[in-house]
Amino acid sequence: MLKVFTKSKKKKYATIPSEMAKHDVPEGIMTKCPNCKKIMYTKELVKNLKVCFHCQYHHSMNSKERLASFLDENSFEELNAGMISENPLNFPGYLEKLEKDRKKTEINEAVVTGQGTVDGHPIVVAVMDSTFRMGSMGSVVGEKITLAIEKADELSVPFIIFTASGGARMQEGVLSLMQMAKTSVALKRFSDNGGLIISIMTHPTTGGVSASFASLGDYNLAEPGALIGFAGRRIIEQTIREELPEDFQTSEFLMKHGQLDAVISRIELKEKIATILSIHQQGGDIGW
Amino acid sequence: MVGELEFEKPVIELRKKIAELKDFTMNADVDLSSEIEKLEARLEKLESDIYDHMKPWDRVQIARHPGRPTTLEYISLLFTDFFECHGDRTYGDDEAIVGGIAKYRGLPVTVIGHQRGKDTKENIRRNFGMPHPEGYRKALRLMKQADKFRRPIICFIDTKGAYPGKAAEERGQSEAIARNLFEMASLKVPVICIVIGEGGSGGALALGVGNHIHMLENSTYSVISPEGAAAILWKDAGQAKKAAESMKITAPDLKELGIVDEIIPEVKGGAHKDVKAQAEEMDAILHKSLKELRGLSEEQLVSHRYDKYKSIGEHSMIKEFIGVN
Repeated sequence: MLKVFTKSKKKKYATIPSEMAKHDVPEGIMTKCPNCKKIMYTKELVKNLKVCFHCQYHHSMNSKERLASFLDENSFEELNAGMISENPLNFPGYLEKLEKDRKKTEINEAVVTGQGTVDGHPIVVAVMDSTFRMGSMGSVVGEKITLAIEKADELSVPFIIFTASGGARMQEGVLSLMQMAKTSVALKRFSDNGGLIISIMTHPTTGGVSASFASLGDYNLAEPGALIGFAGRRIIEQTIREELPEDFQTSEFLMKHGQLDAVISRIELKEKIATILSIHQQGGDIGW
Repeated sequence: MVGELEFEKPVIELRKKIAELKDFTMNADVDLSSEIEKLEARLEKLESDIYDHMKPWDRVQIARHPGRPTTLEYISLLFTDFFECHGDRTYGDDEAIVGGIAKYRGLPVTVIGHQRGKDTKENIRRNFGMPHPEGYRKALRLMKQADKFRRPIICFIDTKGAYPGKAAEERGQSEAIARNLFEMASLKVPVICIVIGEGGSGGALALGVGNHIHMLENSTYSVISPEGAAAILWKDAGQAKKAAESMKITAPDLKELGIVDEIIPEVKGGAHKDVKAQAEEMDAILHKSLKELRGLSEEQLVSHRYDKYKSIGEHSMIKEFIGVN
């Protein structure tokens, strides 16, 4: 027994890879899952729609990846791709920040809209992109979404939106706030005309976006583990001075509290949406 | 066997005896086949004696059988592409009621129903099929959606009643039930209700304002459980059997009272003996019912429902009376 205490510890050596070895593995070839910390090939992960093989964690997707994974191949036709923001409040540094994000993300604003098909069903789709200004909603995001809704109305096809947003865009002030009303007004008209609205909330969907179009679907769906809520966790904790539960404002939390129709894994998403679309198809007589 | 009912005991015992004899003939060198034949003939007679002359209390037992098929079982057998929708978008998701969209013979429909559990664990999760207000509000949300997209609605009724509890009262159990009765009146799509188990009071009716109401042969529909009625009338829940007999709660009774449109025949001994065969029986009546209602316009559907409920109730007038004037 005593040996355990007396025995001197073995010396431990650290292996420092040589410069050569370091360059054997180029940047980005492997991805570490932020949830389970396991490491996997990026290529394989992308093939699995960026869903972790081990813990099913849904890595965030940008708009290009989303469209590629969700729409039928080569079916996408973008609308209003060239629309860009002004600086209505002359907010210092805003235009520069936009320019930087346009370069970084290769898209012009935080939402991409267009027409396409899902399993052959024609739809109008809007995909928010959290890599552009955290997916925040300013005038352009509001306008592009509204135009997309109007397009769906004109074509009498379903409107599907993937939300991912930190909320309203601070640099556009109250104009951002009004985009909540603008998009909601458009959705109401579309809905009254019999239009089908499907909202798919992805990580994160918060603030003004969650309090407008994201919550107004005929079907409100979400990806597993997404953060969805109105006021941020820290704000609530500081306001009410109370600790919040672990799963607070996750998709699963919202589902339990009656806010979502279903939480759907990205792997099954396209198939499930196709089912919903086929049930809503204005088909001819089917032997009835 | 688990779930044997008191009144079927003679049948089950005889069946056991026959099985024993068969076993014996197989293993020993005695030929008892003529005996067996005789017994089998007797079994058949006994079965029809018992199952064709079921008393109300026997039907109550079958309606409450733990193995009785539930809403989700019928959904999986009658519909395709079922997509379950959760939540009332306000407070919670009540699993005592399930609902969603599906196709019935290719036709888009909305299906809603009370959902009991099949075992203790599931029963706890589903609160034994006794909904809270959020359950009824989820149902209403789905009905309004069906109205928007012009889908017929099919409701399966199977509950002991709306849950009597503190939380349910706080959130407005009465309002939730009342709201459903009110809103279901104006739905512009066909609404078909099928009682598949127990139809317990307002909690059942909240999914029950339909153009057609059908009942499985051994289901019940009542203003209160027989136990509750016995407790109120005679201060003795033990007299439930007597209450069941006098309250007219079985499918044939309700048909006679003009509340139920069609009685769906059950397989011998109750739906739990053969779910698939039972679903087929249901399918035939549902198909006929839906076909008929699809022939009506939106206005006709609403007034059809109005007239149906207007005509329920019995009354008479007397000539000599003292009025307020």
